[in-house]
Amino acid sequence: MKFDPFVLPFLIGLNAMFFILVYKFQNWIGRMDSADRKKLWKGFFTNKFFFSVKEIFLEGLIHRKIFRVNFFLGTMHMTLAFGWFLLIVFGTIESKLHNQKAFSAIYDPIFLKFFEHDLSGKPWSGFFAFIMDFLLLFVLVGLFLAIAKRFVKMLYGMKRSTKLKPEDKIALKALWLIFPLRLIAESITAALYGNGGFLTNHVGALLMKTFLYNTLVAFEHPFWWAYSAVLGIFFVLLPFSRYMHIPAEVWLIFMRNAGIGPNKKYDGHAVFELNACSRCGICIDTCQLNISTELNHSVPAYFLHSIKHKEVEEKKAFNCMMCGRCKEYCPVGIDTLNQRLLQRKTFITGNGLNYNYLKETPIEKADIAYFAGCMSHLTPGIIKATETIFKEAQINYTFIDKDGSVCCGRPALIAGKDKAAFKLIEYNKQLIKNSGAKILVTNCPICYKGFKEEYNLDIQVMHHTQYINLLVGSHLIHLSGLDKNVIYHDPCELGRGSHIYNEPRNILNKMSNLLSLDFEKENALCCGGSLGQFNLTPEQKEKVRKDALKEYSLQNPDMIVTACPLCKKTFTKKSDIEIKDIAEVVVQSMKISEKSAFSVEEEVFA
Amino acid sequence: MIDFGYNISSDRQIDLDNSDMRIANFVRKIEPTFGTCLSCGTCTTTCSAGNFTDFNPRKLYTLIKRGQVSEVKNEIEKCMLCGKCQLLCPRGINTRHIILNIQKAIEKLEKNEI
Repeated sequence: MKFDPFVLPFLIGLNAMFFILVYKFQNWIGRMDSADRKKLWKGFFTNKFFFSVKEIFLEGLIHRKIFRVNFFLGTMHMTLAFGWFLLIVFGTIESKLHNQKAFSAIYDPIFLKFFEHDLSGKPWSGFFAFIMDFLLLFVLVGLFLAIAKRFVKMLYGMKRSTKLKPEDKIALKALWLIFPLRLIAESITAALYGNGGFLTNHVGALLMKTFLYNTLVAFEHPFWWAYSAVLGIFFVLLPFSRYMHIPAEVWLIFMRNAGIGPNKKYDGHAVFELNACSRCGICIDTCQLNISTELNHSVPAYFLHSIKHKEVEEKKAFNCMMCGRCKEYCPVGIDTLNQRLLQRKTFITGNGLNYNYLKETPIEKADIAYFAGCMSHLTPGIIKATETIFKEAQINYTFIDKDGSVCCGRPALIAGKDKAAFKLIEYNKQLIKNSGAKILVTNCPICYKGFKEEYNLDIQVMHHTQYINLLVGSHLIHLSGLDKNVIYHDPCELGRGSHIYNEPRNILNKMSNLLSLDFEKENALCCGGSLGQFNLTPEQKEKVRKDALKEYSLQNPDMIVTACPLCKKTFTKKSDIEIKDIAEVVVQSMKISEKSAFSVEEEVFA
Repeated sequence: MIDFGYNISSDRQIDLDNSDMRIANFVRKIEPTFGTCLSCGTCTTTCSAGNFTDFNPRKLYTLIKRGQVSEVKNEIEKCMLCGKCQLLCPRGINTRHIILNIQKAIEKLEKNEI
């Protein structure tokens, strides 16, 4: 075995990192509940494992999600991560072939050029000389992009990037130095012994021209020392800095494929998520509070860090609209909303809400239960339109919250008041059960998400956009063209929250000219009326709303259509353009048969 | 004591100069919009809980200003946090944040922390 004292910093660093990681990981896995741990085992020994490997390759090394944000940002990360990975893979193969041994010292591939001066005659030596130099160049390109990004703001489309902590700064500098030092060390050796590839041989020749032979001999050893030392420093700092995201992300992807998701309590999965955050800062630019009100202290990049270090401020935990834009863009796929909710719960000490005054109310039985929701009671136009549609399609329905809703519980849930929320959920569950319905239709995306995720109902839950789409599809209602240019505003809870994008668009395409815009679907804007936020000033909310409306008005639509009573109410207050709920537009376009027109009239004057 | 079958009624006078402002001060400090309420009653007309019981946010505001802590405690439990009042408030007051903090203030009062 070849040995030189300069390998020690690398060896010590690598071992230290290994043991720290094992210690941390087993601690965090220990915090997961037993059902999740069982899934973890299954994740290893079923075909899920191959899906994990595929995702780790595509998202951990190539990082397609960063490419989606910006091409150069993606290239920077891909060349560094994927390039380094390939260097390790090819380096290992090269050293194994070279030594003709399956097991050799772990530092062999890294310092091969120092120990082996004559590579000719070894298997594939020409190929490896080329590929190793090519990969080194590949990584150096990424490094160049990364360094340029630090000095020129806004270079890759990111308006703001995160402020670094001291441990990150040292680790970052070590990372910057690793590959240039490798280049110089290998080039000097190549100059002295001619064992390099196209890059190191040329750099070596250049060094030979510039410096004396004896100088190069004198400096060969120190540079290999320096290379080993920065590697060691980087490895030791990795578990304590933002670079912890490398192992944590790999593990997180694996857990996701094994079926382990965010839980309702702060457990091992949540800790892995926190550590998988590299504070890249992509979330900062997606946050509307940052864009519109320049409030950037509560964005996930900083907020998750404060959770990790147990210094969460109550104000920041509640200062968020929970619109989910950050979650959509997070390259690691952290459930930022759940993380915030978990923190909100820690500030809610008592759950002292009491709804003993709620008494069971008798309701009519029908096939369809219609729950308008609190917010729809503030926008009676939506309720009227929905009922008109039901009557036109001759649906046998029962309006279960006609005399005023009992809240679905989700608003209390977002506030962190679980116990209170579940009292409301119990009440409404009984109400839905008493209706004997097979489908529950609601106007409100907040209620919809609540019914879907928290109620465990054994009947189908549908948002009115889905139900209308169903009615149109089965020819129970007939739409005619309105000859209008419309924009569809995706409500946060319906779009990003429940992934319902196509149904409303399908309906709108049938009766109007639907304009496409940048801020739609996953990238849709929040109206600013969100129930997720608690302490924005009226002026700040106004700014969010105004900016969203400004973006929409650029397209000159005749009408902005939404599918959420809260969005409608929020926008209507200040918009010059007509704001309508999709149900109201459907009623406008519907060819109402005489029979139902009569009954609607009757209802109105009753 | 002789039972006359009737009694002197308890004092119902509220001394506004000496009222217990601890909840009001606590809430106003965290949510400044609390001070901008003009008692218009819009919140009360729309209140989901108010639809089923005599709970109403405007009454709550009055009770807090008068310092009637025990009455506030009984009232505040009824709120569903649905947010209708917040949407309608002409002053844009963060009513839900205020409700959360009144509850917090009461807990702190019980522990003598404020």
